[in-house]
Amino acid sequence: MTKKPVQFRLNGSPAAVFVDEGQNLLDLLRRGVGDLSPKYGCGQGTCGSCTVIIDGEPRLSCLTLAETVEGQQVETTNGLADGPDLHALQEAFMENFAAQCGYCTPGMLMAAKALLDRTPRPSREEIVEAISGNICRCTGYEPIIDAILAASGQPTRRTG
Amino acid sequence: MVTVTTVDTLQEAAASSAGQAVFLGGGTLVMRSVNYGELSVPQIVRLRSVAALRSIRADGTRIVIGAAATMGDILRSSEVSFLHPVARQIGGPAIRNMATVGGNIFAPHPYGDFAVALLALDAKLRLSDGSETDLESLLAARDNEKRLVESVSIARPAGDDFRFRKVSRVKPKGVSVMSLAAWLPRSAGRISGARIAFGAMAPTPVRVRAAEAALEGATLDENGIAGALAAATQGLTPPDDGLASGWYRSQVAPVHLKRLLLGEGSRT
Ligand SMILES: Cc1cc2nc3c(=O)[nH]c(=O)nc-3n(C[C@H](O)[C@H](O)[C@H](O)COP(=O)(O)OP(=O)(O)OC[C@H]3O[C@@H](n4cnc5c(N)ncnc54)[C@H](O)[C@@H]3O)c2cc1C
Ligand code: FES
Ligand code: FES
Repeated sequence: MTKKPVQFRLNGSPAAVFVDEGQNLLDLLRRGVGDLSPKYGCGQGTCGSCTVIIDGEPRLSCLTLAETVEGQQVETTNGLADGPDLHALQEAFMENFAAQCGYCTPGMLMAAKALLDRTPRPSREEIVEAISGNICRCTGYEPIIDAILAASGQPTRRTG
Repeated sequence: MVTVTTVDTLQEAAASSAGQAVFLGGGTLVMRSVNYGELSVPQIVRLRSVAALRSIRADGTRIVIGAAATMGDILRSSEVSFLHPVARQIGGPAIRNMATVGGNIFAPHPYGDFAVALLALDAKLRLSDGSETDLESLLAARDNEKRLVESVSIARPAGDDFRFRKVSRVKPKGVSVMSLAAWLPRSAGRISGARIAFGAMAPTPVRVRAAEAALEGATLDENGIAGALAAATQGLTPPDDGLASGWYRSQVAPVHLKRLLLGEGSRT
C-alpha cells in the first residue's frame, strides 16, 4: 500500500508522518503519531469522542481524511496541560465531577476549548450548543456544563 | 481498499470521478463509508485546495455560494443570514465545520436539509463542465450525474418571505422526519410564484407543485392556505425508515406545512 508524507503542526510542534491511503486523522494520530488522547467511539460522526481542533475549529478526526491536514494546525487534549499544570478546563472537569468513565472527556474538552477560544464567557445555552455533538453515557451532562462555566470564571449550579 | 487521488481543478476531479471514484467534499458521508468498508468505489478524488470554491458573494439580485462552503461558512456570512436557521440545524458544531453545500445536494435520504432550502430558493447550479442547470433537474437524475457542482446561485428573499422548518425526534441534533422550506414572494399581500420544497418525503428533496399552484394569488392566512394544505403530499410516496413510516410522514406533512406557512408553533 502506498504511503504518503504529510506535514502538519500537532499541539504547536511540527509533525511529519506517512499516511496510508484512505486513513482517517483519528487513526493517524493514535497509531501513526502515538497521541492516544482522541478516542474512537463510533467512526461515523455521531459520538464526538474523536473531536480535535483543526485551524481553530472543532472537527471530527474520524471523518477527516488524514492527508487533508497537510500544513494545518491540529490540537488535541494531549496539548492542553503545560507540564504538570493542567489547563483550566481540565481542572474544572476534575473539580466538577465532569468525568466518570472518561471516554467522552477528550472530545468534550476539545469542543469546550474551541468554544472558549472564541467566546471566553459563554452562556449556558452556548455551552449546550457547543457540546451538542458530543455524547456522554455517564454524567448526564450537567456536571460538564458546570465545568465549562467554572473554567470560564462563571457561577455553576453548586457555586450559585 | 481505497486509493486517494489529489488534483488541482474541479474539471480534473470530474474526469476522474466519472469512472470508479467518488469526489470528496467535507467527507462526513464519504469517510463514514471508508471507515466501515462500505465505499462503493475503490477510489476517492479530492482537490488540493478548496479555497476558491468556498466563497459566498452577492451577484445582482442573487447570491452565489461555492460548493465547498461549509455550514460553518454559511453561519459566518451575513450575506446569507436567512440561511442561518437552516445551517444551524445540520448535525452538531463539528459536523457543521466539515459538511459542505455541494455534499448536501448529494446526501442520501434522510439527509439534504440544506438542499431543501436551496430548492425553495430557485437554486441554479454551475457545474464542472461550465454548464448551468437548475437544482430540481439535477436532483431528479442525481444518481447518474457525473459532473460536479462548482457553485449554487439562489434568490435573495425579501423580509420574511423565506421559511424553513426541520422536524426531528431528537433535539438539537436529530435527523429529519421531514424538512420543509418555502419561498413566498408577495405583492399587495397576495402570494405570487411560491416555491415549496420537502426533504425526507421522497428519495431526494422535491418541490410540491400542486401546493405551490394552490397558493397563487392567495393570502397567507388559514383560508388562503387551505388548498395548499390539501395538496401538500400530492404525487409523493414518502419513504419508510427507522424514524417514521411513509404513512406517518404523509399524515403529518400538512400540519407542518401549516406551521411553516403561518409561522406557528415553530420550535427552531
Ligand atoms: C453525525 C452526522 C449528522 C448529520 N446531520 C445531518 C443533518 O442534520 N442534515 C443533513 O442534511 N445532513 C446531515 N448529515 C449528512 C452530511 O453531513 C451532510 O449532508 C453534508 O452536507 C454532506 O456534505 P459533505 O461535504 O460532508 O459530503 P461528502 O461526504 O464529502 O460527500 C457526500 C456526497 O456528495 C458528493 N459531493 C460532495 N461535494 C460535491 C460537489 N461539489 N459536486 C458533486 N458531488 C459532490 C460526494 O461525491 C459524495 O457522493 C449528517 C452526517 C453525520 C455524520
Ligand atoms: S469516533 Fe468520531 S464521532 Fe464517534
Ligand atoms: S464520562 Fe463516561 S461517557 Fe462521559
